[in-house]
Amino acid sequence: MTLPDPGAWGPYLVIVAMALATYLCRISGVVLMGFVPLTPRVRRGLAALPGSIVFATVLPLIERLGLAAGLALVAAILSMVLRRSELLALLVGMATVSLARAFGL
Amino acid sequence: MSHPETSSASAGPAQLTLAGMMLGLRRVSVLLPGIVVFAVAFGAAASAKGLSLLEALLMSGLVYAGVAQLVAMEIWRPEWTWGAIAGLAFVTATVNARSILQGASLQPWFARYPRLVNAFQLFVFTDANWLIGTRYRAEGGNDLGVVLGPGLCLWTVWVLATIPGYLLGSLVADPRQYGIDLVMPIFFAAMIVPLWRGRRAALPWVIAGVVALVAAKLIDGYAFIIIGALSGALAGAFLDDAA
Repeated sequence: MTLPDPGAWGPYLVIVAMALATYLCRISGVVLMGFVPLTPRVRRGLAALPGSIVFATVLPLIERLGLAAGLALVAAILSMVLRRSELLALLVGMATVSLARAFGL
Repeated sequence: MSHPETSSASAGPAQLTLAGMMLGLRRVSVLLPGIVVFAVAFGAAASAKGLSLLEALLMSGLVYAGVAQLVAMEIWRPEWTWGAIAGLAFVTATVNARSILQGASLQPWFARYPRLVNAFQLFVFTDANWLIGTRYRAEGGNDLGVVLGPGLCLWTVWVLATIPGYLLGSLVADPRQYGIDLVMPIFFAAMIVPLWRGRRAALPWVIAGVVALVAAKLIDGYAFIIIGALSGALAGAFLDDAA
C-alpha cells in the first residue's frame, strides 16, 4: 500500500510534522524524568545540567560565529559579575559585537 | 510523573499566580526586541520562499521555534514528498533536542503540577523560559507563572511579528548586521554568573563545553548541544561531591 502524494497539502503536512517533532522534544524530557527515581546521583546530574546546557550551547557558537561573538559573550559575563542585570549584560554584549564587527573582527 | 519530593530546595506549595506571571514578564522584557527582529526575519524568509501568509503564521504559531523555522526556510521547497517531510521533521527534532534536556532539568519542579498544566505550559516553553525558570528556581522560587507568563507573551509577540516581516519582506536586512543573532547566546552566557557555585561544580560544565566543541566539529547540525550537555550531566553525576 502506498500513500497518496502529499500534493497541495505538502506545506501544511510539513508544518504539522515540525510542530509534532518540536512538541515531543518539549514534553519528553519532563515525561521521561518522571520515570527516573531521584537518587543522589541523578540529583547531581540534574544539578550539573543547566550549566552544561549553557556551555554546550555557547562554546561551539563562539567557535562558529568568530572572535567578535566571543568578545561579546566575555563582555556580557563580566557585566553580570559587576552588576547582576541581564538587561545591562545584553546591552554591553550587543554594543561589543557591533563595535567588533564594525572594526572588521 | 510522580515521586516523593524530598529536596528542601523545592519545598513549599506548587503555585501558579498572576503575580508570578507578571514577574516572569518583567524578566523576559529585555528579550522582546530580539524576539521581534527574529520573527520579522522569519516572516521575510517565509515570503521569499513562497509560503502563504497563512502558512507562515501557522508555522510560527504551531512550531514556535525560531532556529528550527529558519532552518526549515533554508531547505523549503515548492513540492513535498513524504520522505522530504519526514526529513524536515527529523532536522527539527535535532535542532530542538536541547529542550528535552531543559525540560528534564526542571522536571522536579514541573512534576508537582497537573499533567494538563504541563502539557499546556510546555507548548510555549522555549530557551527564554528555560533560562528565566532556571534562574528563578535557583533563587528558591516556586511559582510556575514565572515560566508560563513569558511563554504566553513571547508566543503572541512571535506570531504577530511574523506578519510585518512577511509583508515588508525584502525591506528587512540581514539581522546579523545588528548583532541580533547573538541575543540568545549572550543571554545564555550571562546565565553562567547566577548559576556559578564554585570551580568544582563548574568542572562538568567545562567537560560539556569541550565535548560539544568536538562534536560540533565532527557532526553536522545541532546534535552537539545534546551530546555536550549530556556529557556534562554524566560527569556531574559521577564526579563525587562536585556539587
